[in-house]
Amino acid sequence: MKTKFRLLAMVMAMLLLVTSYSTALADDGYASTYTYNYDYWQDYRESPDAYRVSNVLYSGDLGLEVAMKRPQSLFVQGNMLYVVDTGNNRILEIERNGYDFELVRIIDEFKVGAAEQPAAEETVAAEEAAMTEETAVAEENTVVEETVAADLPTVTTFNTPNDVAVDKEGNIYVADTNNQRIVMMDKDLNYVMQFTKPADTTFDQSLSFLPNKLVIDNSGRVFTLATNVNKGVVKFEANGEFTGYVGANKVVYSLVDYVWKTFFMTEEQRAQQESFVPTEYCNIYMDEDSFIYATNISFDEYSLIWDEAQPIRRLNGVGTDILIKNDRYPPIGELYWQEQAKDYHGPSKFMDITVLHDDIYVGIDRTRGRLYGYDSQGIMLWAFGNMGNSDGCFSNAISIEHMGTDLFVLDQNEGAITVFVPTEYGNLIYDANRAYLSGDYDGSADLWREVLKMNANYNLAFIGIGRSLMRQENYTEAMDYFKMAMDRDNYGRAFRLWRKIWVEENIVWMVAVIAVIIIIPVVLRSIKKKKMEVEMYERNQVTK
Amino acid sequence: MSAIRLQSKEKAPSARKEKWERYVAALKYAKYVCFHPFDGFWDLAHEKKGSIAAATTFLVLFLVTHVLKLMYTNFQFVNAPLQYINVFEQAASLLLPFLILCLGNWSLTTLFDGKGRFGDIYTAMCYALVPFIVIQLPLVFISNIIAFDEAAFYTVLMSVSVVYSLALAFIGLMQVHDYSPGKTLVFLVATVLAASIIIFLMLVFFSLLSDLVSFFVSLYREIAFRLY
Repeated sequence: MKTKFRLLAMVMAMLLLVTSYSTALADDGYASTYTYNYDYWQDYRESPDAYRVSNVLYSGDLGLEVAMKRPQSLFVQGNMLYVVDTGNNRILEIERNGYDFELVRIIDEFKVGAAEQPAAEETVAAEEAAMTEETAVAEENTVVEETVAADLPTVTTFNTPNDVAVDKEGNIYVADTNNQRIVMMDKDLNYVMQFTKPADTTFDQSLSFLPNKLVIDNSGRVFTLATNVNKGVVKFEANGEFTGYVGANKVVYSLVDYVWKTFFMTEEQRAQQESFVPTEYCNIYMDEDSFIYATNISFDEYSLIWDEAQPIRRLNGVGTDILIKNDRYPPIGELYWQEQAKDYHGPSKFMDITVLHDDIYVGIDRTRGRLYGYDSQGIMLWAFGNMGNSDGCFSNAISIEHMGTDLFVLDQNEGAITVFVPTEYGNLIYDANRAYLSGDYDGSADLWREVLKMNANYNLAFIGIGRSLMRQENYTEAMDYFKMAMDRDNYGRAFRLWRKIWVEENIVWMVAVIAVIIIIPVVLRSIKKKKMEVEMYERNQVTK
Repeated sequence: MSAIRLQSKEKAPSARKEKWERYVAALKYAKYVCFHPFDGFWDLAHEKKGSIAAATTFLVLFLVTHVLKLMYTNFQFVNAPLQYINVFEQAASLLLPFLILCLGNWSLTTLFDGKGRFGDIYTAMCYALVPFIVIQLPLVFISNIIAFDEAAFYTVLMSVSVVYSLALAFIGLMQVHDYSPGKTLVFLVATVLAASIIIFLMLVFFSLLSDLVSFFVSLYREIAFRLY
């Protein structure tokens, strides 16, 4: 429908040319408030702040002697915040208590063979079975068994670690990129096992294994994005065995490229040129249900228009994108990316994504230093943030994490972590959403009414209230609310119910009117006929 | 004197009445055109069964239908940003292409032994709009008594109206010019090209005109400033 309308508008504009036909677009890519949302017509709607900055943590605030250098990633487990300080080859473990953040320890190396790990014995054995090709190096480890010793790493420090993940038991997984491995250690930093280059034909053995991002699922499987691997997410079982790839990007090439390559290139040229390869993902996140959210930043920006780019995906076990997109526009962040702004242009590039409760997800856009929050249906809840140096603005936002509903954003250039806590407005949205999902429709309607008091342009609130009214069989009012939100589906549903009642109530006179419309001409005709007969009869009488 | 006046007074209404009856007959003739397009359009052009007045009425109704559709169709079925819609702009966005296409067609067919004059083409094109009006005007009302999941009904009628009108336009051009179907098709494509050339010429003309005007304005200013 939308595309049709757009096409029609384009054709008309071409035909007219003389008159300036332009559907009014929003301003220049700037929202006039810090927080905003889009309405049905995709125009900016100012909004109260959904989040406010509670802390900004710099190296000094954490009591670090060496300042953070190009930090890459954040991870949260419980009330612990982990920061990957890539430039200093270390990981910072920070404990949060309310609004206080305290540096617990600096992880820059792990212990090998210091303690026996009976629990890990089995896994190590299994890992050994999987990696027989791996030649033993550690000959000095005479204390432990030979087979185990073969796998023990000699390097116990990190070289440009890029990501960290911690499971519920406290085991720490580090993507130790330039050492070409993922290291797993227990909570006391004792070495448990490592995941190295898959000895598999599907993995190009001439390439280095450079794990860049990693996530772990509930059963200890490790998923990693490795540089130069474009087959999707590399998957390892808990025992270290490589079991394939998940969710490769589709290959993208233009028709022109294809024709040029097939018909106009010599064999040598073709061999020299790179083949069409799928692009790599930018970042991944594992949600509570073990689905992987992946972001993609390398796409042709015009492929956004028909939602071919799909910058945010939710991958299931076989790697299909199952992200729900029930809004009029897909979750691509900024909608007016074509408009040039003062210090940025181009589409949103989601560097990282985090998934809160109820499948609410938040992406961090590097282009604008902005956070975009969507609910489980792909409807935007809010967007806020900007480029800049003041609190709540970023110069190079690279990672996002959440603790409950609080958000942490890591700024790579500033070496700072911004802590956002939801405002009353933000909390109301979450509460209303949760109440609705748990089936408390009337309770959620009350909360949505509160939201409407603060922001009368909030579409979700209108829909929420409308749904509750519909359940209370107050159809006309529900229709009003749905119309306000331009929700055709629900409006149609309420309208049908209302129409049924209306017809039942008014059936008597409706039938009467229809009957009259049908009967009157019949009666008139018969009267006319009778009259004619009488006339004929009289005329006959006269002539006689 | 008084007799003459009386006579003319009597005669005037009857002439007007006759005119009115001709007009109504021309309007009613649209029904015949819709259901017997080949005969209908032939007689429209060659037997003068239609009239420019009736044709213009259909054109106006067509524009009105379009505007009413945007404004009063239930929001479930039309995606019109009412807050941005300018009624006159919307009407002009249909009227101008329509007229330019008629002009383009005339300017080509008149060179390639088309029988129709401009008036004939215009009349035929306007009569071809009748199904569009007759179907879409009631649809505006119907859209307010059906729900979103019954949209199939609406969309089918919608496309029927458009296809019907396009088919009529095609047959109309064929009959008016006494062309074969293939030739009509070729000239339809050529018409679109001609229309774009007309638009191009119009643009050039207007931009030159505005240049000319601004030249004289600046000339006047120059002289005015020198003299004072």
